[in-house]
Amino acid sequence: MWDYTDKVMDHFRHPRNVGVIENADGTGQVGSLVCGDALRLTLRINKETEVIEDAKFETFGCASAIASSSVLTEMIKGKTIAEASKITNQDIADELGSLPAEKMHCSVMGMEALEAAVKSYRQGGKPVVFEQENEKIVCHCFNVSEETIIKAIRANHLKTVEEVTFYTKAGGGCGRCKGEIQKILDKVNSCAVPEPAHNTEKKFADLTIVEKIKRIEKVLEEDVRPQLNADGGNVELVDVNGTEIKLRLLGMCSGCLAADATMKGFIEKTLREKLDPSVSVVKA
Amino acid sequence: MKLIYLDNNATTRVAPEVAETIRPYFTEKYGNASSMYPLAAQAHEAMEQARAQVAQLVGAAHPDEIIFTSCATESDNTAVFSAVRSYPQKKHIITSAVEHPAIMHPVRYLQTQGYEVDYVGVDAQGRFDMEQYKRLLRDDTALVSVMWVNNETGMIFPVPEIAALAKERGALFHTDAVQAVGKLPIDLKNTKIDMLSLSGHKFHAPKGVGALYLRRGTRFSEFMMGGHQEKGRRGGTENIPYIAGLGTAARLAQERLENGAMEKIAVLRDRLQNGILSSIPDSRLNGAPDGRVATTANISFGYVEGEAILMHLNEYGICASSGSACTSGSLEPSHVMRAMGVDFKFAHGSVRFSLSEQTTQEDVDKVLEVLPGIIKELRKISPFSRLA
Repeated sequence: MWDYTDKVMDHFRHPRNVGVIENADGTGQVGSLVCGDALRLTLRINKETEVIEDAKFETFGCASAIASSSVLTEMIKGKTIAEASKITNQDIADELGSLPAEKMHCSVMGMEALEAAVKSYRQGGKPVVFEQENEKIVCHCFNVSEETIIKAIRANHLKTVEEVTFYTKAGGGCGRCKGEIQKILDKVNSCAVPEPAHNTEKKFADLTIVEKIKRIEKVLEEDVRPQLNADGGNVELVDVNGTEIKLRLLGMCSGCLAADATMKGFIEKTLREKLDPSVSVVKA
Repeated sequence: MKLIYLDNNATTRVAPEVAETIRPYFTEKYGNASSMYPLAAQAHEAMEQARAQVAQLVGAAHPDEIIFTSCATESDNTAVFSAVRSYPQKKHIITSAVEHPAIMHPVRYLQTQGYEVDYVGVDAQGRFDMEQYKRLLRDDTALVSVMWVNNETGMIFPVPEIAALAKERGALFHTDAVQAVGKLPIDLKNTKIDMLSLSGHKFHAPKGVGALYLRRGTRFSEFMMGGHQEKGRRGGTENIPYIAGLGTAARLAQERLENGAMEKIAVLRDRLQNGILSSIPDSRLNGAPDGRVATTANISFGYVEGEAILMHLNEYGICASSGSACTSGSLEPSHVMRAMGVDFKFAHGSVRFSLSEQTTQEDVDKVLEVLPGIIKELRKISPFSRLA
């Protein structure tokens, strides 16, 4: 049984600001169904003053993930973007009283969603899925980059591999990257500032299944669903097999006469453009 | 608020008769079973009566085939290490992909010590893959260890058949029967099972007592080295109060198996399961509808996360458990759900309800009353429900 504070339980039982702001000025997303938690944050921002006038969230996750998202919306409402951007995961945890160490990654998720939403606002409002720059993935089970780990170590003064796992999830799956996490810890804590790693883009076929799913979901969310939603339809990712992506059309799209054309002519074309020319789309 | 306890696969409430049996062995009959005076004889007698009662529950041919231990984890560790020490020339082990950590972890340790280990998989409904198992058996297989009933799904594995095949190839066979004992009729003398682990607290004895069945004539190497207790097979002063309690719990379990209690539990379990599946969209059973023990129903809810469901159930005094990553502190959904290949949109939202003869229809109906609303609320918050 987790030792949740009364405030965590209050925000879990009565989450504030649930939902989606229509035509939001900024939309940030992080996480996925595979990872077990995900957050979508939408913001209404006054373009003159850059004050966050409204914030809403949707969260898939445990009690502390829901509470972290809920309290975050309260914390940022009324603040300017500059003020809100200073909020760290520790501020979110502090606002809730505290979070169990194993659950700190829920507060990190809030911080990342906010970062993505601000980026989305700067880019004109198109949804942005949180992603690390110069991605060097350390933990392949949970797709955690070196940069995320370094940031978490610095912001929270982490000392052990276990702490890094609690804050970022890295190392919580197969555990194979624990040695590498230790090296990162040694590097950061000895103040040897790591050079940002420059990785050339990997071929789609060489990605891990989690990476593939994340990239596909990102394209679907940012470039495909807005179009389908406009016609009352939607699409769901069913399976990925090599470079073959299995999708199911939902809502109005599922019965649409132009379904095949949508699949091949629009969705496949978009996925090929954004991901890799080698991918193909099949109907589930 | 009335407690609605639906987590009997985790642990059970000690039966009042068991608590009564235990009490005098703390304060009056406190002798060491090894000593030479009447006080000790009382303890010894209680222990031997319990041994006979446990032997009867599992259908052992002889009471001395029962060795008392501190828990099923100790029994499992004893069985695994005894098998490999007894046949040092054999370097292969077979187990299933869905075992309890008490088997998984010692076996993984042996893997680091040069043993080859094969894990037999399960199908999407959690059934043991017999064909794969047959292909994996080898002449140098030291041990086959397969659980009798899976703790998360309640699926029953065909253990007598698996044991017979192991014997044909000259391998020792062990089963972790923690979730089977007291729920299924077990008749060890008519099987080829060499070793079986059981745990008291899964059938209304206290936590901290278990047993290992060891067929007469089976090569054995003790795990707890110490005194002559348990015929030198398990050192350490016997926990007489709890062993006496285990005996009473075994007798009560035997009575339940004979008086149709399991059939009554199955009726309630089916009421719960069918009620949930029919009232909540995007819910599905983990495991097959048939071939399960009567007590367990494991159900997944798409697009929501298990811990959040449990926290809401707590508000109504309902206790259940989840294979969700977030409940355990580990970050991945349970290895059982993953071995079954449960679709990722369902994997994080599994809830296990496990009943006992103390469960009432009122308990079940309370869950059916509140659960649809809980799932609906959580889906309202979830960014994925638009996909449903």
